[in-house]
Amino acid sequence: MSAVLSITDLSIEFGPKGSGRTVVDSVSLDLTAGRIQGLAGESGSGKTVTAMAVLGLLPDSAKVTGSIRLGDTELLGMPTRQLRSIRGMRVAMVFQDPSASLHPQITVGSQLTDHVRHHLKLKRREAKERAVELLARVRVPNPEEALSRYPHQFSGGQRQRIAIAMALACDPEVLLADEPTTALDVTVQAGILHLLRDLVAERDLAVLLVTHDLGVMSAVADDMAVMRHGRIVETGTREKLFRDPEHPYTRELLEAMPDAQESEVL
Amino acid sequence: MNELLRVDDLHVRYGPVTAVDGVSLEITPGEVLALVGESGCGKSSTARAIVGMDKPAEGTVLFRGSDVPKLDLRTRRPDFTAMQMVFQDPNSSLNPRKRVGDQIADGIRAAKARGLKSNSPQEWLEAVGLDADMVGRYPHQFSGGQRQRIAIARALAAKPDLIVADEPISALDASSQASVAAMMRQLCLDAGAGMLFISHDLSVVRLMADRLMVMYRGKVVESGSTSLIWNDPVHPYTRALLSAIPHPDGKGVLPEAPAAEAPDEWASHIDEALNRVPVSKEAASE
Amino acid sequence: MSSNTNIGRSADAKLQRKARRRLPAAWRSPLAIIGVVIAGIWLILAVFAPWIAPYGPLAQELPRLMPPSELAWFGTDALGRDVLSRLIHGARVTIPFAGMLVLCAMVLGTLIGAIGGYVGGWVDEVLGRLTDLFMAFPTVILAMVIAASLGPSLFNAVLAGIIVTWPVYARVTRSLVVSLRSQNFVVASRMLGYSSWRSLRTDILPNILGPVLVLASLEIGTAILLLTGLSFLGLGAQPPTAEWGAMISGAMQNIDAWWLGVFPGLAILTVVMACNFIGDSLRDVLDPLSSAERQGAGAAAPAVTTDAAADPGAEPDFAQGRQEPNQ
Repeated sequence: MSAVLSITDLSIEFGPKGSGRTVVDSVSLDLTAGRIQGLAGESGSGKTVTAMAVLGLLPDSAKVTGSIRLGDTELLGMPTRQLRSIRGMRVAMVFQDPSASLHPQITVGSQLTDHVRHHLKLKRREAKERAVELLARVRVPNPEEALSRYPHQFSGGQRQRIAIAMALACDPEVLLADEPTTALDVTVQAGILHLLRDLVAERDLAVLLVTHDLGVMSAVADDMAVMRHGRIVETGTREKLFRDPEHPYTRELLEAMPDAQESEVL
Repeated sequence: MNELLRVDDLHVRYGPVTAVDGVSLEITPGEVLALVGESGCGKSSTARAIVGMDKPAEGTVLFRGSDVPKLDLRTRRPDFTAMQMVFQDPNSSLNPRKRVGDQIADGIRAAKARGLKSNSPQEWLEAVGLDADMVGRYPHQFSGGQRQRIAIARALAAKPDLIVADEPISALDASSQASVAAMMRQLCLDAGAGMLFISHDLSVVRLMADRLMVMYRGKVVESGSTSLIWNDPVHPYTRALLSAIPHPDGKGVLPEAPAAEAPDEWASHIDEALNRVPVSKEAASE
Repeated sequence: MSSNTNIGRSADAKLQRKARRRLPAAWRSPLAIIGVVIAGIWLILAVFAPWIAPYGPLAQELPRLMPPSELAWFGTDALGRDVLSRLIHGARVTIPFAGMLVLCAMVLGTLIGAIGGYVGGWVDEVLGRLTDLFMAFPTVILAMVIAASLGPSLFNAVLAGIIVTWPVYARVTRSLVVSLRSQNFVVASRMLGYSSWRSLRTDILPNILGPVLVLASLEIGTAILLLTGLSFLGLGAQPPTAEWGAMISGAMQNIDAWWLGVFPGLAILTVVMACNFIGDSLRDVLDPLSSAERQGAGAAAPAVTTDAAADPGAEPDFAQGRQEPNQ
């Protein structure tokens, strides 16, 4: 069970040298094919920055050290041109706000077909077929018809499905999902979580799921890491962390969940 | 006539959109009523209409028996400052150029204008779990959760009879949500006030609300005792909402997803789902 | 909960450090230093003019049209007056009058914009149209027309300047107020029984003061150009007043005596430049979108450049900034 993506000793510092702020401090994580690695933590703990670093999406002012290996390829320090061919192709990302990856004034169909034509060098017809197939896969109703619609004509949940379709268009090995359900209603979130789980099993994806929601974590993650102040304080399988947390911070997080407080307030 | 707030057949429209479609509710002193539902269900519009930020298209909102006036250029009458609101976004709830102590003092002044005594800003800060010596600081020196506590302190300093809280915890970190909600309930009850607590998160709300109202598409689909609804939902929408909540138990169980987005049965009207009361006293205390 | 407080404390300390660093950093820019130095020199010259200037501004003690020399560094004009002395004394005319112009225009424009933005409805509509009406004309030409019809004098030139420049402040203020008044903290203080006027004064004005002051500092340069321009055209300061624009105008009759036009021109140039440098740096310091501010104020203080965008026909209520009917 070798890691598809290995983050080793990753540190990220922002701001001027010397007085900079370390937002990620010696983080190591391995993503395995067919498994969802959860990364939990509260706002400002550095979990999103860690995910962004993998795709080289941090501003130039960020000083990144350590190593991020995708298979045999080192991603840190890779020229932007080369990195661009990896983004979307081998490593894809889904954001909290699906609008971040969808252009508001271009139809869903054009965005999807352009994307696959560009990356996979497909003919127009093939690209369209692929787009329909992808939309069907993420369970967008009437995929043929959906192609000619604009992102704003879909509900938030459908938009996130489309964003996921876009991310999966080139059969990536790794999917980075940053709070993918946080902006959604719970009834919609449940559907997306099912989809995520199914896709992982079906495509042998390695997923990094960044979320603050331990409920979501418990539902889909296989392995978990808990981050605080830029450091990983505890890692382990989901069962282990939920049942037998070792670090006091993990315990604190779990105890703060409403489920832990069985109606004691009332 | 014991109730603090009585809302009758409230309709709120924004242009052609009906956001609230015939909501009725009442709140008595010392009671926490939670209004829950997903985005676009009309729960925030209900809150805005209750405090007078929006004008009801139809229906009445009575606070202590008198119509709540619209919040326009006129100064709010002192008797209506007994109704206070806590907002969702802690960042815009406080004046960025005013010391937090002075902002809490605004609340105290409102209490004094009604002839009531209120504590000092320092005492209010302590009541919401912050240090008394923080009165001289500005809002940007606090975290989001702390700012929300300050906004709560300001509202409570006015010695309200009714607090309308519109998603007061959803912008906070998960670890502080439950504790802030519990604190709000405690402070409200200590003051003998009623509270309308609006949230999309049933799992937090059920810990602190006496009664629940579940809204869907502008209408109340299920209402009544919190524990009854939580343990035995009747309406299909409430059921879907409850079973979609993922539980942080580490068991890896996927929450139940509805077959489609927004099935028709969610909008159905079911009489038995409304005004549910426990059969016996024992059931109520469960 | 204790952890929450601790996190807050460290964030707090960070912010304080940041605030301390923020102000000097913007002032350390070379342009800001140049601006402050030049403006400072001119202010000193203006205040101490009688003691610094070698001659009186009206004294005709020297040979006429004398080129720059040891006797008169910047030469003399057609009446034998020392150009340097007139320049120095001119600072006492141009700078305070321009300052007065900017101050009055700022107060008037801010008031009109704030009332329109806060009250909304037909009041906003009327004030907005009025603002648009004044902005529809080219500033300088409108100022000329007004100054000419009021009669040529420096006071009337200032009046004309106020009439043509207040709409700039009104527009900026209005859009700032419109976005602020639906902010929760404004609604909250109204619910606590604040009167509209009090909430305008304590919630709104302090939060728009920064951007408005930046605008005013940038407008000082414009005001100086406008005043000297009107004086140049004979619509402002009248002879024999030592005023830069009027001095350049006088130089036109002796086009060969280059020193008559160049030195007042340089005076105008340096002062206007200094004002703009200072305004730019002020904007950087008070930039409402700088990171600390964004945390503190949220959308509370949009950028100065935000144009009047909100619907002027809306009802006078506090719901206007609402994005969606629900949440």
